[in-house]
Amino acid sequence: MEATMTFFRRMHLSFDHPYIKTGIGIALIALLALPVCRSLLESSLINHMLIQIPLLALAGWLIGRGMFSSLFQKWNERGIPGLLIAIFAMLFWMIPRWLDTALSEPLWEVIKFITTPLLIGVPLAISWPRMSSFTRAVVWTNAISMLVVVGWLYVAAPIRVCNNYLVNQQESFGYTAMMVALGIALYWVGVVFFGKWDKAE
Amino acid sequence: MNLRGAITIVALLLSGAGVLWAGTDGLQVLTAEGARRLTIEEKPKPLPVVLLRDQRGEAFRLQDFEGSNLLVEFIYTRCVTLCTSLGVTFEQVNRELPKNALGNKVNMVSISFDPRDSTSDLSDYGDRFDAVPDHWRIARVENADELKLLLDTFGITVIPDQWGNFEHNAAVHFVDQNGYLNRIVDHDPATRTLETLWKRL
Repeated sequence: MEATMTFFRRMHLSFDHPYIKTGIGIALIALLALPVCRSLLESSLINHMLIQIPLLALAGWLIGRGMFSSLFQKWNERGIPGLLIAIFAMLFWMIPRWLDTALSEPLWEVIKFITTPLLIGVPLAISWPRMSSFTRAVVWTNAISMLVVVGWLYVAAPIRVCNNYLVNQQESFGYTAMMVALGIALYWVGVVFFGKWDKAE
Repeated sequence: MNLRGAITIVALLLSGAGVLWAGTDGLQVLTAEGARRLTIEEKPKPLPVVLLRDQRGEAFRLQDFEGSNLLVEFIYTRCVTLCTSLGVTFEQVNRELPKNALGNKVNMVSISFDPRDSTSDLSDYGDRFDAVPDHWRIARVENADELKLLLDTFGITVIPDQWGNFEHNAAVHFVDQNGYLNRIVDHDPATRTLETLWKRL
């Protein structure tokens, strides 16, 4: 670890260096694409929806921060267009049909590995700094309510929504999604009550 | 907000809505199971020629029933949940249909996808539901490749769970008089199968 840090310092590299971020993002995608990681993360609905896809989006975020942070900004007023792209891409991958198809058809698996970083992570990364605090707050609160609604739907669904997953996984995914929503909500409650607000934005 | 910003947002909203509309076949289909049913209705499929063996040990092919309405469901005999209700549906058809229609205008086949099922397992399963082999065959596919081909054609996904059971998509499949699979309906309640069948007699 020490040696790596020294190497980084000597090469004038840091995690904030655009190439490093991009490199980590691409490496993360490559890692997730390894057969062993895929079978591990796609064997259950929870791992697939709450670990693999968010990590792919995170990889896109790193790539976006690294390489594209100044691109398209003429077309990205207040970050709203980028946010819209990310929201539509997220909605698409939340349709059980396509998550199922990604598992049964290799072409759709490739499409998932490309579109999740490129259409969720990258646009969020280049838009987030341009959004007003109000927009950011709307994104957070909507993320909380969306996770609760999706979770509740999965728990209450009378049918099996994914042919590739067992029904009990559907239910546990639902509860986990609601727990994640609760976690985010509690975090923000903590920030509101105990956070430092001396810095006016 | 300038004109360019407004145009960007409207264009994104329209294309995003378009993608979601296309991805759900006009908000009709949210699951892979729904997509499977709609595809079959829009584009009926011929069945592959595979060799089946029924509860009497007699060999037959699904093509042998051309000229009559064929009802197909997929089961495994050790199943105590879904397959029991699948069996109950066929039992109901067996009971409600006029005697002269059975074996003549209507035939039923329950196909097991469990390699453990032997001829006597099939026969026991049939006895549980008073199946008459002349018009309700409980069958298995001896050749593993042929079984896979058959499951793929029908769009049946079978996943083993850790207790030696399987989870699978359950439905009643309608094959028309020309041997085309052209309708898939929920097996529960049985009235849905009966209604669909009445329209075809």
